[in-house]
Amino acid sequence: MKKFTTLVSSAVLLVNENIDTDQIIPARFLKATNRDGFGINLFRDWKFQKNGDLNKEFALNNLKYSGSILVSGNNFGCGSSREHAAWALSDYGFKVIVSSFFADIFKGNALNNGLLPVQVSEVFLKDLFQKIKDNPKTEIEVNLIDQKISIKDTNLSEEFEIDAYKKTCLLNGYDDIDFLVASINKIKAFEAQQLH
Amino acid sequence: MKKTLFDKVWDAHVVDSIENGPQVLYIDKHLIHEVTSPQAFRELEDRGIPILRPEQIVATADHNTPTTNQHLPIKDALSRNQLNELSANCTKNGITLYELGHKNNGIVHVIAPELGITQPGMTIVCGDSHTSTHGAFGAIAFGIGTSQVAQVFASQCLLLEKPKSLRVTVNGTLRNGVLPKDVILYIIAKLGTNAGTGYFCEYAGDVFENMSMEGRMTVCNMSIEMGARGGMIAPDDITFEYVKGREFAPEGTEFDKKVSFWKTLPSDEGAKFDQEYYFDAADIEPMITYGTNPGMGIKITGNIPKNSTDDSTKKSLAYMGFEQGESLINKPINFVFIGSCTNSRIEDFRTAASFIKGKQKAKNVTAWLVPGSKKVESQIIDEGLRDIFEEAGFELRQPGCSACLAMNDDKIPQGEYCVSTSNRNFEGRQGQGSRTILASPLVAAATAIEGRIIDITKHLN
Repeated sequence: MKKFTTLVSSAVLLVNENIDTDQIIPARFLKATNRDGFGINLFRDWKFQKNGDLNKEFALNNLKYSGSILVSGNNFGCGSSREHAAWALSDYGFKVIVSSFFADIFKGNALNNGLLPVQVSEVFLKDLFQKIKDNPKTEIEVNLIDQKISIKDTNLSEEFEIDAYKKTCLLNGYDDIDFLVASINKIKAFEAQQLH
Repeated sequence: MKKTLFDKVWDAHVVDSIENGPQVLYIDKHLIHEVTSPQAFRELEDRGIPILRPEQIVATADHNTPTTNQHLPIKDALSRNQLNELSANCTKNGITLYELGHKNNGIVHVIAPELGITQPGMTIVCGDSHTSTHGAFGAIAFGIGTSQVAQVFASQCLLLEKPKSLRVTVNGTLRNGVLPKDVILYIIAKLGTNAGTGYFCEYAGDVFENMSMEGRMTVCNMSIEMGARGGMIAPDDITFEYVKGREFAPEGTEFDKKVSFWKTLPSDEGAKFDQEYYFDAADIEPMITYGTNPGMGIKITGNIPKNSTDDSTKKSLAYMGFEQGESLINKPINFVFIGSCTNSRIEDFRTAASFIKGKQKAKNVTAWLVPGSKKVESQIIDEGLRDIFEEAGFELRQPGCSACLAMNDDKIPQGEYCVSTSNRNFEGRQGQGSRTILASPLVAAATAIEGRIIDITKHLN
């Protein structure tokens, strides 16, 4: 897994709430059997209009936005467990997703792929929306070591929570399989105990 | 200490705990399908890690399968490849696979219970968020991502933080025409789509105690639609009776021993939950959704809420082509889908058939009935329901996930409404530009007969 420590970047602003994983990557693109190449179909049905033309209004098509941080509304990633959603976001180039709330399965999937979900307060998210609206080039710093997100050139910042174990994994590029495979003897002992 | 049902099952499966971190949770059964497993197989192969317990894995083909002419080769090359890869992976690793056409084939959350694979007190995972269905048996069951599928392959375990506990209690007697689907749509409409995030939910009260296993599965299935990773119902005689005699259920004295253990699982009197909600069964009416998430539900005779200034709600209504304050009664509907892991069990088709019998579907309606499994399909035929459906002009198709997620050709056309017994009304869920209205099998059947949404309560005795 890719390591993550700190990132300074401008952001793409997608204000919608309850963005479900069917929007992030529609089901008809889940027929591939590898993890690569999903980025091209990220938000496919929001990127294009019904007639197939590019929807220029949509955040990802809006040239004023750039960067590897996606800032989005409450309850990001709800719905289907498809990890393809995390792969698509990563493949497109996002490294951090900021929202005031993440759905459980999506959050886990993102962390398992080195894509950092940063959960901030409603107030901070509002500030972030406003600053990016005012100036789309606004830079945001995400520091995993200090667990802190800051809006550059302002005094606005907030600490975010992350499980200590997951933090170690991200900082070092470890994944859960490494840990679990190292625990096989304990797991086998547990199984043996169940038989008695 | 007094424990909840969830605590008892969880605690019995903890292999190890990391200080200030997650726990290593042992998984009894791992269900897999063609869409979320290939990358996990590949990952293990690339890393040279063997599958630890292939005998605890069961595979089926369901998400990406056609629902007509299943005996013929699959036309779509990508779909065919995905199914071939599942077969090859299962053969190579010694995993039981119920492939297309097999007598045990069907939707993963329909077949595991009907085969007796799902049992109380187990931990069950699958790369599918509706794995919560199996919680109806008093099992801890939840959906996982593909990286976690690989973790379970490698270690039969997952690293997880123990979720908080939530209990939803519904007491009283359900009104005529109110089905389990209405109960869960009502709960989600009341609580919202993220009330359950971070929680495992137990459903309690006499409404659930009096429900069939099929009904309990419908309820637990949609737990994820309020954000809860799983839902559970305490196992009781209805559960034990359902499990007894099924293909993979324990037999004889072994079964009796299991039942004595299963009887210890219900939450202790006075056990504490982190969050509790109470509802009265008499307040629940047949439900429909009007928006693009399952929390946007109203009673069928109700009106879409007014005065919303929220952009997401406005966007949602614009997508659906509905106005604030509007009633959906008499709204013309051209598509009806009865199927999905939420409502494709025999009881659902019996309910639909009892309403349809002797009637004709409206001319404007395309009505698809997609059984959850080969077994359900056989039951439909054996019980004479197929004749009722065909005489009424409904199309009985072959088992699979079908138009619930429209990965195959079962797509609702752009702009069309579909009254659907599935679980998600997200934008484009049933095909690009499709508009989904979630409802019970009874409401779906009535819509197909009338060609419009009706007040079902007026049509019942």
